[in-house]
Amino acid sequence: MKQTLLSLSNLSKQFDGKTVLDSLDLDILDGEFITLLGPSGCGKTTLLRLMAGFEHPDGGTITLASQDLTHTPPEHRPLNTVFQNYALFPHMSVFDNVAYGLKMEKRPKEEIRERVQEALAMVQLQDFARRKPHQLSGGQQQRVAIARAVVKRPRMLLLDEPLSALDYKLRRTMQVELKRLQRELGITFVFVTHDQEEALSMSDRVAVMKDGEIQQLGTPREVYERPANLFTARFVGETNLFPGLVEKTNGDDTVTVDVFGLKRTFAKPDFPLRDGQSLHVLLRPEDIRVLSPEASDGVSGKVVERNYKGSTLDSVIHLDDGTEVLASEFFDEDDPAFDYRLGEPVRVSWVDGWEWLLPEEASPVGEETNVDA
Amino acid sequence: MTRWLPRTYLTLVYLLLYAPIAVLVVFSFNDSRTGYEWGGLSWRWYESLFNNRAMVEAMWNSLWLALSAATISTLIGALTALALHRYRFRGKKALNGMLFVVMMSPEIVLAISLLALFLLVGLQLGYVSLLLAHVTFCLPFVVITVMARLSGFDERLPEAARDLGASDFTMTRTVLIPVIMPALLAGWLLGFTLSLDDVVVSTFVSGPSYEILPLRIYSMVRVGLKPEVNALGTLLLMFSMVMLIMSQWILTRSKQ
Amino acid sequence: MRSALQQPFKTAVLVLVWGWLLFLVFTPNLLVVGASVMTRDPGSFISLPITLDAYRQLLNPLYLDVFLHSLYMASMTTLVCLVIGYPFAWALSKVPRQRQVLLIFLLIVPFWTNSLVRTYALKLMLATNGLLNNALMSLGLIEEPLKLLYSEGAVIIGLVYLLLPFMILPLYSVFEDLREDLLRASHDLGAGHFATFVHVIVPLTLPGVLAGVMLVLLPAMGLFFVPDILGGSRNLLVGNVIKNQFLDARNWPFGAAASIVLTLTMAFLMFAHRLSKRRIGEEGA
Repeated sequence: MKQTLLSLSNLSKQFDGKTVLDSLDLDILDGEFITLLGPSGCGKTTLLRLMAGFEHPDGGTITLASQDLTHTPPEHRPLNTVFQNYALFPHMSVFDNVAYGLKMEKRPKEEIRERVQEALAMVQLQDFARRKPHQLSGGQQQRVAIARAVVKRPRMLLLDEPLSALDYKLRRTMQVELKRLQRELGITFVFVTHDQEEALSMSDRVAVMKDGEIQQLGTPREVYERPANLFTARFVGETNLFPGLVEKTNGDDTVTVDVFGLKRTFAKPDFPLRDGQSLHVLLRPEDIRVLSPEASDGVSGKVVERNYKGSTLDSVIHLDDGTEVLASEFFDEDDPAFDYRLGEPVRVSWVDGWEWLLPEEASPVGEETNVDA
Repeated sequence: MTRWLPRTYLTLVYLLLYAPIAVLVVFSFNDSRTGYEWGGLSWRWYESLFNNRAMVEAMWNSLWLALSAATISTLIGALTALALHRYRFRGKKALNGMLFVVMMSPEIVLAISLLALFLLVGLQLGYVSLLLAHVTFCLPFVVITVMARLSGFDERLPEAARDLGASDFTMTRTVLIPVIMPALLAGWLLGFTLSLDDVVVSTFVSGPSYEILPLRIYSMVRVGLKPEVNALGTLLLMFSMVMLIMSQWILTRSKQ
Repeated sequence: MRSALQQPFKTAVLVLVWGWLLFLVFTPNLLVVGASVMTRDPGSFISLPITLDAYRQLLNPLYLDVFLHSLYMASMTTLVCLVIGYPFAWALSKVPRQRQVLLIFLLIVPFWTNSLVRTYALKLMLATNGLLNNALMSLGLIEEPLKLLYSEGAVIIGLVYLLLPFMILPLYSVFEDLREDLLRASHDLGAGHFATFVHVIVPLTLPGVLAGVMLVLLPAMGLFFVPDILGGSRNLLVGNVIKNQFLDARNWPFGAAASIVLTLTMAFLMFAHRLSKRRIGEEGA
């Protein structure tokens, strides 16, 4: 088990009377890649800024390896930030940008030169030291920002949506590169993003946030396959939520649920159940199987949309009661039954054991459109 | 519309704008006293200008006034712009509004109000009253110039500097000031020129103890034509051109 | 960031700038308002009792004439500037980028040049035996030299000459923002050149027009040295009246009242400008 590096306890923050963070607790482990994931306005950026020291919490403490950092100014914290739009100093060369932090530490000239070269080599920019930031491409600026932050050898690197300004291809490249850097340097990365794909593919652990609270903390797999609540289920990945009705709880830790008239038996979830209770049956699009109308299994509906995505074929199917179902199947040219036309009747089923049960929630999850605080 | 029509029109307006200035420059080298006919090339008006001790003194006075007014207004203006940009405080809107009013008010309104103030507090009209007045009307222009630069300024830069270990003071010295430097220079040059050219406000708040150039020119040109004014005008024109080119150069070079 | 900054610095700056503005802008303007409702006093400029005499005096036919004449000249100046400046700004915005920078530069050179000197240069041209008359006579267009100086026309020409850039620059900036696709959309939807001009171009450039009017009309009432140099004694501006009242006639209440009228005109124009900007969905200035 890894040790806790940074411990956030009971953190609260308000802006102009609006609560952005609400008594939040989070332990960040030494050497892990943890992602704060959530829609804009969920408080993830504020949380990062509290760690960096750009904001002060209204309540709670921030402790780094048993040293209280809550009110330490940013320049005295052993952690560094990679900013969303890089925040490279426009009047300094790439070299001077990277050297800035070491100069602040009053390191000897020779050491600064060596360490800057080393950091630039690490991000493959050794030949660009003399350039000014505006002479670099977005991806190169991004690398300089990373080099500038890691050259100080911080205990922890904070990354505030660092890839959001890059185009899709470059993002993918940088994702791989960041992951590599993190492994090589062994530094703890705290990564903020609203992109769930990015979060799932890079992180050791993901903290899903909403309204200033952590909804779920877990590995990408846990968060995707076993979401803690409806918000996480909907925010992380595409989701089908089918209404279910508990028929009866069986003795052998299973439960029989009525879904669209089908009686299916599931493993018992870890929330209390009683007979006749309604719940949500969560199925990812890739769990769905689209069958021919003659199939004995499944619920009948018809295809209303087909999108060819290269490796997968995504469909939208309207069930007879109007429920919309998203299905994503791996493309198989040799399977003739696969190619349904628009409007064609089909039956929808899923692989047993791939579903996840969630209790009904009192208030529906609203769409988040707030501006990030 | 055809292409030549707009072009001809632009050219024509520029010709009209520059014709009097060209005439002034040409006539400053005119030997003739009457000033209406060409009497041959001559430096005599420049000579007589620099032989006029009162004139030279007024020049130095004006330069010194413009220098000090531009410097003080840049200092206060830059600090104000920084405060407006970085802090939230009560009365921010009022402060902005007040600067806007100073900039938009007819100069003559500013002039008489300042005259009234100086007489009320018993300030002797002279260098100090001129300086206070000039700094006041230069201030909003400096604030605007610096604000424009700051609005394009990445909010995260100061944070990045702090994050990398700079104290607030070091950050200001190594990041903030270098980044807004072009705007400071441009604001200073603008203030300098505004001060050097001002007639309206200076007419009200200057006293006999401190004569400045625009007022001297004013008293010369009110009656008849004075060839020395041609020479003086040409010099001022050249001076302004140099200042303007400098400030434009600074601004464009910094943008890139 | 804000919270991480040091308070003493902030306080010092705010005290400095507020002090400056309160002492050199707010108080003086208050004094002018105060002076306008006082009684004229030859010894100490103003004295009690409080009276509206100064404002009544503004309505005196003698002064009313001067005011209306000044307003007329300022309006003519503004109109001429608009007529010259509107197509000018339009044409300017169509010039290739590179050359635009140079042309704008040439436009603001005069703004950086002593306005007295430029007024004087104009006088040089307009004088009875000045360059313009000589040129026209040698071309045989006129027999006698025209009496151009010391007339209403000369004052208007002088004001236009000094203030034209202030009309062009805001107009140029609205034309710069006028997106080509809006015009194409208008044509695409069946509007001709004239209809596009009336329904799209004019409303969208209106804030620029009003900004220009504001920047020209007010100075055109205050630049007292222009009539002094070009206009003779009969073509006075409000600025001349105010100056005379303060510096020569020593009638402060009257001068103050006149300047308040000028300020109110400014307030009105600023209000109209804000309104026009709000109409096209931009933030008020």
